[in-house]
Amino acid sequence: MKLLKTMVSAIALAAALMTPAMAEDPGPAAYSAALTGKKVVLVPLAMGFDLAQGWSAILKREVEAFGGSFETRDPNWSTEAGAQALTEAISSDPHPDVLVVMSPDLNSFAKILKKAQEAGIYVILIDNPANFPADAYVGSDWNKLGQLEAEAVIKGCGEGSSGKIGLVQGDQVNATSLYQYEGIMKVLAEHPEFSVVAKPDSNWDATTARNVTATMLQQNPDICGIIDFWDATAAGTSAAIRDAGLSDKVFLVTTGGGEKTADCATLEDGTYGAVVMTDLARESGDMVAMIKYLLQSGQPAGTASPYIYTLLKATTKADLAPDSCWDLKAMQAAAGN
Amino acid sequence: MAILRSFGWKSLNQERIVLAIAIGLFVMAALALPGFLTTGNLVAILRSVSVLGILALGMAVVVIGRGIDLSMVAVMAMSVAWYLQMLGNGVADGTAFALVLAAVIGVGLVNGFLVAYAEVPAIFVTLASGSFVFGFVRSQLISQDAVPVPRGHWVETLGRLRLASVPPEVFLFAGLAFLAFLFLRFSRWGRFVYYAGDNPQAARNIGIPVRPMLMLRYVISALAALVAGLLTAASLQTINTRMVNSTLLYDIVLVAVIGGIGLSGGKGGVRNVLYGAALIGILLNAMTIIDIPLLYQNLIKSTILLAAIIFDGVINPRDEQTAQQGDI
Repeated sequence: MKLLKTMVSAIALAAALMTPAMAEDPGPAAYSAALTGKKVVLVPLAMGFDLAQGWSAILKREVEAFGGSFETRDPNWSTEAGAQALTEAISSDPHPDVLVVMSPDLNSFAKILKKAQEAGIYVILIDNPANFPADAYVGSDWNKLGQLEAEAVIKGCGEGSSGKIGLVQGDQVNATSLYQYEGIMKVLAEHPEFSVVAKPDSNWDATTARNVTATMLQQNPDICGIIDFWDATAAGTSAAIRDAGLSDKVFLVTTGGGEKTADCATLEDGTYGAVVMTDLARESGDMVAMIKYLLQSGQPAGTASPYIYTLLKATTKADLAPDSCWDLKAMQAAAGN
Repeated sequence: MAILRSFGWKSLNQERIVLAIAIGLFVMAALALPGFLTTGNLVAILRSVSVLGILALGMAVVVIGRGIDLSMVAVMAMSVAWYLQMLGNGVADGTAFALVLAAVIGVGLVNGFLVAYAEVPAIFVTLASGSFVFGFVRSQLISQDAVPVPRGHWVETLGRLRLASVPPEVFLFAGLAFLAFLFLRFSRWGRFVYYAGDNPQAARNIGIPVRPMLMLRYVISALAALVAGLLTAASLQTINTRMVNSTLLYDIVLVAVIGGIGLSGGKGGVRNVLYGAALIGILLNAMTIIDIPLLYQNLIKSTILLAAIIFDGVINPRDEQTAQQGDI
């Protein structure tokens, strides 16, 4: 009996001693309670371009890993379709918990997104800033991006060049175009030996970019550098430079999502002189971190509106590395679609 | 009035007004803008309207026959995007091209069939078929908005080709314009296009094969769209299907209509397309040289076009006969 008693008490003691060691880490339970079953909806300008497909692939993997559901809407570059997709998402039941939105301009979505926050949906603005206090803005600091482009073109033109620079802007409503322009002019103001000789808009269309650049080079054959506001239109700008036989004389700077065929291959073959690239993995990682944070924070939507800027870098052929770009095809293959 | 008439005011129809504006703009730009009247810039103007002009030729053939083809830009972008995507996926060039050509002719035939035999208005048929072509190709056949031309492919070579520093689309536009002129002016089927456009019932009564001819016209416009798409891809080394959302479609209709091809059919010809293209080309080039922002460019463009239409309306008022035709 005594032996039995001793054994029982020993076991009890052992059990008592074991308990603290067996105590669960409160993290996973809290994490899963806050995140499981949460719905995240991505509404980019369109699903058909490299960055959107990159964001979507990474967000899908992460959201599904924490037990949430992930959906995308494809407005296919139409502001109306985007507004409709957002309205529909807000009024759907159950409505999404987080909306990840790329805004077409500064103002169009402001009212709808405010409604989303009032309905308790966290709104994360990505890539294109808007006049709206989102729960976070994750993307580029476009003013800084413009500054980096201007510095790259000044370096590309070099000492003793004509100092004549051409800009191929996007349009006059999109924040990326407006802020990019401000940043460029800020740097150029500090370099009086450089001046902008023409600044047409491409309206984000490659053929228009080609036509306006052809005219620009016709009027100013001694231009030493051109900044195109997007790599998709820079295809047209570079065609005009090539047609004018000025590939060796005009230093073309642009900005893009850092996709392999769009940016690195074109830097490699000399089409672009420098590209200010978005670090897709880091930017998407920031979005994921914000989603996880907001869903656990317990704060009402619209509490704070921080800016999470992605680190930007102007890449030239000289500092191309194997990991400078990401590969859309490989990413899609890995995601199995 | 009699004096006015003897001065030929009545002969100042929209076509001549547009030509006059185009010449006026050209003279003003040549005098005021340094570098406007250089060979390089004139080639640039020609080039900037060549693809638009080829599309407008296809549209003109359809519009003269009292129709409209709103699926042209979708066919242009999506056929070439699918072609390039197949090449990228390793499909043999001949097979890929044959498939695309068959699909393009197929879209033209379906458009024509629905208009001719199902008697659905052309504006609805082609609007729907354009959306279908875009949606189907974009969702099922290609993976991205922009599809690059493979390195070393003949489309790339075509884009680098120069004859006396003039790019290929200018020659193609000139060649196709001449062909369209011969077809409309001198071929029997070409003349029938006017009869069918002017009065389809009467044309049918005198034994013209109105319906098969109508299908042929939509095939012609679809083929013009394919040529325009290939030239665009050749020049940019890529095709971006985003152009389906752009104002290109309206610009095509504009070039055809502003030059004086009436939407009610039976009127106009290749000359009108050339005048319309000249006006748009000179206008856009001059505004780019002056560095006018895009918003103002659109405003100026639309103002000039409105002015031309209003002026035409004032000096050539609509009468009983023209009003009966039923514009779109």
